[in-house]
Amino acid sequence: MNMTLMRENESPANGFENVESVPFSEKVYETSNLNLWYGENHALKNINLDMHQNEVTAIIGPSGCGKSTYIKTLNRMIELVPDVKTTGQIKYRNRNILDQSYKVEDLRTQVGMVFQKPNPFPKSIYDNVVYGPRIHGIKNKKVLDEIVEKSLKGAAIWDEVKDRLHENAYGLSGGQQQRLCIARCLAIEPDVILMDEPTSALDPISTLKIEELVQELKKDFSIIIVTHNMQQAARISDRTAFFLNGEVIEYSDTNTIFSNPNDKRTEDYITGRFG
Amino acid sequence: MELRKTETYSVQQMILEKKSKKKINMEKVMPKLLFLMAAISVFTTIGIILTLIFETFIFFDRVSIVKFLTEAKWLPFASTPSYGIMPLVIGTLKITVIAAVVAVPIGLATAIFLSEYASEKTRRIIKPILEVLAGIPTIVYGFFALTFVTPVLRDLFPSLDMFNALSPGIVVGIMIMPMIASLSEDALVSVPKSIREGAYALGATKLETTIKVVLPAAISGIVASIVLALSRAIGETMIVSVAGGSTPNMSMDVTSSIQTMTAYIVQVSSGDAGYGTTIYYSIYAVGMTLFVFTLIMNLLAQFISRKFREEY
Repeated sequence: MNMTLMRENESPANGFENVESVPFSEKVYETSNLNLWYGENHALKNINLDMHQNEVTAIIGPSGCGKSTYIKTLNRMIELVPDVKTTGQIKYRNRNILDQSYKVEDLRTQVGMVFQKPNPFPKSIYDNVVYGPRIHGIKNKKVLDEIVEKSLKGAAIWDEVKDRLHENAYGLSGGQQQRLCIARCLAIEPDVILMDEPTSALDPISTLKIEELVQELKKDFSIIIVTHNMQQAARISDRTAFFLNGEVIEYSDTNTIFSNPNDKRTEDYITGRFG
Repeated sequence: MELRKTETYSVQQMILEKKSKKKINMEKVMPKLLFLMAAISVFTTIGIILTLIFETFIFFDRVSIVKFLTEAKWLPFASTPSYGIMPLVIGTLKITVIAAVVAVPIGLATAIFLSEYASEKTRRIIKPILEVLAGIPTIVYGFFALTFVTPVLRDLFPSLDMFNALSPGIVVGIMIMPMIASLSEDALVSVPKSIREGAYALGATKLETTIKVVLPAAISGIVASIVLALSRAIGETMIVSVAGGSTPNMSMDVTSSIQTMTAYIVQVSSGDAGYGTTIYYSIYAVGMTLFVFTLIMNLLAQFISRKFREEY
């Protein structure tokens, strides 16, 4: 019933220091030969990446390298940008999501997203969390109450807000708002959570809390996170993909990327020589 | 998915069950319904314009358009009628100019005061009062002009006629002032704080910042608000019918009785001009002229706010 209880039985599996290479779990996403254009601008070039269940996959790279574009393609939010064209395939659980017959609402019910800036709705904390379940037709008050408690606990914000669930979400601090957004995402129990630079607008302490949270969440969800903070990628991810100019330069387990990169450009980037 | 195994229920499962029960596809139906609603206003507009054009053509069949535009007398009820629109246009313009002279300085000053200087408390008092002013029915303004403003003005200028351009002009100005004030205030408030800070950081005073930085940044919104307000002044009917009189004339004198385009239309439509008479059709021609005026003003407002919009 309770996520916190469950977790106590798990061994802490966040570090990569003892692990030479991370064993492969079931694939969640398989991207093959993905190309994307904004009008004439070739933003993603022949991307091939597989992402795995119950792992944190980090995407790093300098500004404009296509990392945000790529993560937005994974739940087709990219279609909100006018004049976008894609070729290739992205398979989510063995079905090509770029196929227009794939209903985008179904996809986004399975794949949640957390944005760069916290974007709670101008409603109460409670209403924010139950928004997803409600639009999907869940009305039972008892069930909704349970979902709220479970989601807020899951996002490690329950203790801070349990006494003011019916106050406006805008009264929360930036870090709390972002955790609320994560709770809102958890409320419909997605399979995958996409995070697009979720801590870039937050202070270091809030950032730390989100990072710890990500470590907890990966036990139940698969997480794909875009970050421009390399230390963050090193701290929290199992695998890291390095993007540059719309291409994947290198993709392997985080340990390898940061200690023994294959490509000179990866090394230059992680040692801070550019970007 | 360990979480789900330990659950007594699964949200995703519930979502799936609920979804299979949904029958009518609202996502497909609603946009069509919304489009239909939006189309109503389009068709109404087209309908009105077509009627206007059609009846106007009948009028120009009887009265030459050249005479309509050039003749200096508007005497439809005379035994040898004369249909020169200019006196009515001049009547309207007199009202508009007087209104502008009253409304622009007061409205703009109010906007600047509210957005730059007023404390939150003062704003909370002044803004609702402005809104009340904007909500007063124009017929009330009309009687205010006739029974209060005119007598006061006549005490000051004994030569003023009972019906004149000055009094309704001033009152139309008072009527459109809140519109200028509130739209201009919106434009001023939306100038980002960072731009103001940039000026302050160079040692500019509050007044220098307001006049030389904030005002120019908001100029497109301000000008658009003025043009829109004047377009309302042109179309204003009740005040000028009640207090302006019904004597079309070409003089620039504001102390004597006038007639505006709108007041003429009121006079004829509430009077006894029979259907099918030339006088009957003349109101469409006058209406058309009025429409062209306000259309130009509205297009101008749109053009200005687009052309001179500062990107921030």
